[in-house]
Amino acid sequence: MNSFSYTRAGDVAGAVNEAATNRAAKFIAGGTNLIDLMKENVARPTRLIDITRLPLNRIENTHDGGLRLGALVTNADTAYNEQVEKRYPLLSRAILSGASPQLRNMATNGGNLLQRTRCYYFYDTATPCNKREPGAGCSAIEGFNRMHAVLGTSDKCIAVHPSDMCVALAALEAVVRVSGKSGDRTIPLADFHRLPGSTPDIDTNLGEDEIITAIDLPPKGFADHYAYLKVRDRKSYAFALVSVAAALETSGDTIKEARLVLGGVAHKPWRNTEAEALLNGKAATRVNFQVVAEAIMRDAKGFGHNTFKIELAKRAIVRALKHAAQMETRR
Amino acid sequence: MKNEPENRITLRVNGAEKQMNIAPWTTLLDALRDYLDLTGTKKGCDHGQCGACTVLVNGKRINSCLTLAIMKDGADVTTIEGLADGETLDPMQQAFIDNDAFQCGYCTPGQICSARGLINEGRATTADEIRELMSGNICRCGAYPNIVAAIQQAMQTIERSAKA
Repeated sequence: MNSFSYTRAGDVAGAVNEAATNRAAKFIAGGTNLIDLMKENVARPTRLIDITRLPLNRIENTHDGGLRLGALVTNADTAYNEQVEKRYPLLSRAILSGASPQLRNMATNGGNLLQRTRCYYFYDTATPCNKREPGAGCSAIEGFNRMHAVLGTSDKCIAVHPSDMCVALAALEAVVRVSGKSGDRTIPLADFHRLPGSTPDIDTNLGEDEIITAIDLPPKGFADHYAYLKVRDRKSYAFALVSVAAALETSGDTIKEARLVLGGVAHKPWRNTEAEALLNGKAATRVNFQVVAEAIMRDAKGFGHNTFKIELAKRAIVRALKHAAQMETRR
Repeated sequence: MKNEPENRITLRVNGAEKQMNIAPWTTLLDALRDYLDLTGTKKGCDHGQCGACTVLVNGKRINSCLTLAIMKDGADVTTIEGLADGETLDPMQQAFIDNDAFQCGYCTPGQICSARGLINEGRATTADEIRELMSGNICRCGAYPNIVAAIQQAMQTIERSAKA
């Protein structure tokens, strides 16, 4: 780890000012990803701004009937929050399928959004990586790419976003609240993370002086028909090969609205609203689920070791939708 | 903004107040081992993957290797050295002995602190739930069946003493 100076932010404005005056500074909260990256010499901030004592650690109701998750609430406290468990069980399930209990006790909601890819070439400073060093080249495209993306890739980067929480947040159409030098603004979760394109070094659309203050969940929680299916190499404490967040609103056997987001397959939580809409007004049958799965994966492209993910994702989509649709009979 | 060039911090470790001067990049794990000579907490992978460094901070289990000590200024820390009451072992320690829940013992302090955190959280009752919620602690010797048995025993002991 490189040496750095340390300061503790007393309020959000102070934290934003610190970040704006020193571009080599970084905010730190849970630290579970940043400290790891610093130990690997991948992240080399010259100054850390400790934001853990800012008043962003509450979960509260919003005026429109939704729920506001403070940026500094831990992943564990969010997943086990009574309101989240009752109204947004999909989010609770997704969070609890990621990391370990220790890490979930440390990691914050804001940090979960900002965690970086676990592409092993990104972590290995002895290999070229466009995300770590723009222009250096990508070692994964022709390398060992079993964990890598099959959707939305570019010729510069095929890394995936590793979060489970963000997959559920995308399905719930969460909104990220941020604060910066030029004021406060909101960013829909769908627009928060970026595809790699020609700038894989930039993961998100958060400004350099901006800080996440909260994540807002809209009122609709899909608590009756949801599923989070995570397929991985071992049963627990591993990143997804493919994950699927499925949420349905039904009327009898007919689907009124479907939300479907994939994790482990792209540089951001992957949602295809056109394909989703194929389910509107349709019966919840395997055949209809298969049509959507084919539509979502139509443009998928494998890179050898990860080509299996295309078929795996289709099957995971069908299974997750089946689980979501059948929930009432299972209960 | 408060700048702290001296980096003097206070931790309450196993019930005793400890002050130390540290660099900002000193992890809680290194502070415990190198500054306070509490070497019970182990450095395994040093990347938050193995759980050998698990300690309780304000009652919650965390990976001390991914925690900067300076950020925990004022916190209450419990390590494996702080669990026993004098010569009387904590029920979790006793249960690990009774169930032969280790071989080399390197992961054991982290396993026991993690299991203590698991009981504080109150989310696990079945063996399956214990296995899932102990997934952050790796045992190279593969003592998992006995670790789960030990945790089940300790849960019963602790539950009984809470009722008494």
